[in-house]
Amino acid sequence: MEIPYTVDPRPDTGLYNAKVGIWLFLASEVMLFGALFSSYILLRVGADPQNWPHGLLNIPIGTFNTTVLITSSVTVVLSWAALKMGNFRRYRFFQAITVLCALSFLGIKSIEYKDKFTHYEIWKKDGTRLTGHLEGNPWFWNTATLDIKALPSIKIHPDPHHYKDPRPPKHAGAPASDHSEGHAAAVEIPRAEIKRLSAFVPSHSTYFGIYFTLTGLHALHVLGGAIVIAYLWGPGAKMWRTQPIRYTNRIEVSGLFWHFVDLVWIFLFPVLYLL
Amino acid sequence: MSAHPQTVAQAQPAAAHAHDAHDIKKDVKKYLFVFGALLAGTFLTVFMYSVHFNVMAVTITIAVFIATIKAALVAGFFMHLISERKAIYAIMLATVFFFAAMMYLLVWSRGQLPKGGGWWEGGNQAAHKTEAKGK
Repeated sequence: MEIPYTVDPRPDTGLYNAKVGIWLFLASEVMLFGALFSSYILLRVGADPQNWPHGLLNIPIGTFNTTVLITSSVTVVLSWAALKMGNFRRYRFFQAITVLCALSFLGIKSIEYKDKFTHYEIWKKDGTRLTGHLEGNPWFWNTATLDIKALPSIKIHPDPHHYKDPRPPKHAGAPASDHSEGHAAAVEIPRAEIKRLSAFVPSHSTYFGIYFTLTGLHALHVLGGAIVIAYLWGPGAKMWRTQPIRYTNRIEVSGLFWHFVDLVWIFLFPVLYLL
Repeated sequence: MSAHPQTVAQAQPAAAHAHDAHDIKKDVKKYLFVFGALLAGTFLTVFMYSVHFNVMAVTITIAVFIATIKAALVAGFFMHLISERKAIYAIMLATVFFFAAMMYLLVWSRGQLPKGGGWWEGGNQAAHKTEAKGK
């Protein structure tokens, strides 16, 4: 049985079915990300400023990733335009750039994640706190790790600035993360003085909880979109020979999803990196 | 595959589709203009952040305003919302309504928002227990 309205528009909607379907799906996605954004606002408003790790994300990297995603969005729409004009070779060129941009975005994001997994905060029993990288750059350590490994002390290269303190005047106006400012010499802290140790993982604070939820879900969308676009670019391109309009419609639908992914990031970037 | 005998522009009846080849060529210029505007908006957002306004509300308002303009450009031009069918507008109208209603819940409950502080000292024992099971 042939699937109806894959090429011709339905008389009532004036659209082919997949287009209605993707917009309904995107509507549900708006509610999904909207719920997470409203959660972010609740957590942000309710957070003690001393426990909201602002300024720990690398803004130049975030800016670069934003430009990568915006570039991929324009190549998606240009590839669709190329197909509409019957230029398959041009379409493939632009979509290849799209997939490369998607992979670059994910690669850069994973580097950012890795930096967080090896970046630590120590709460000392005297009430002082410091952030930095542990000697040897271990991943995912926490308070329990110290006891399991029976470590009498740990060495940390502290950040010059803790997020709970106001930035010194020389940094005002410099949109850089603590990580880019370098670290001081290693400081040895005895286990007995440590109340809590945590990497910048979701359990560190509500900020990192919502940060990893939002960016992780977004990264899954990037991955899913890239897989679909790559499939249509490769094995799925056979349809162009037999049903060019239907194939073009598929590219349009996958493109709509991709633009939505870009759109979500447009809000994620200032909210998580800058505010 | 690039030597396909029948292009999309030839295959579909001209009246059946809003975009013919000529329109598409004009649209490509718009896409490139929007691309430039999106990049400019991104750098403007970062620049405005570096200005460090004394009032946080000003920083938030500017950042969200620029993000909204960028989102409108993507939705309007890349997703063709400025020239879509009524069915799509109907879907989006319902979405905007429910999205706004969800956001209004925040405003409605502003007097009952959780107060900050003490998340580690007692407010987040679950995270502490989870962590204690760690490595």
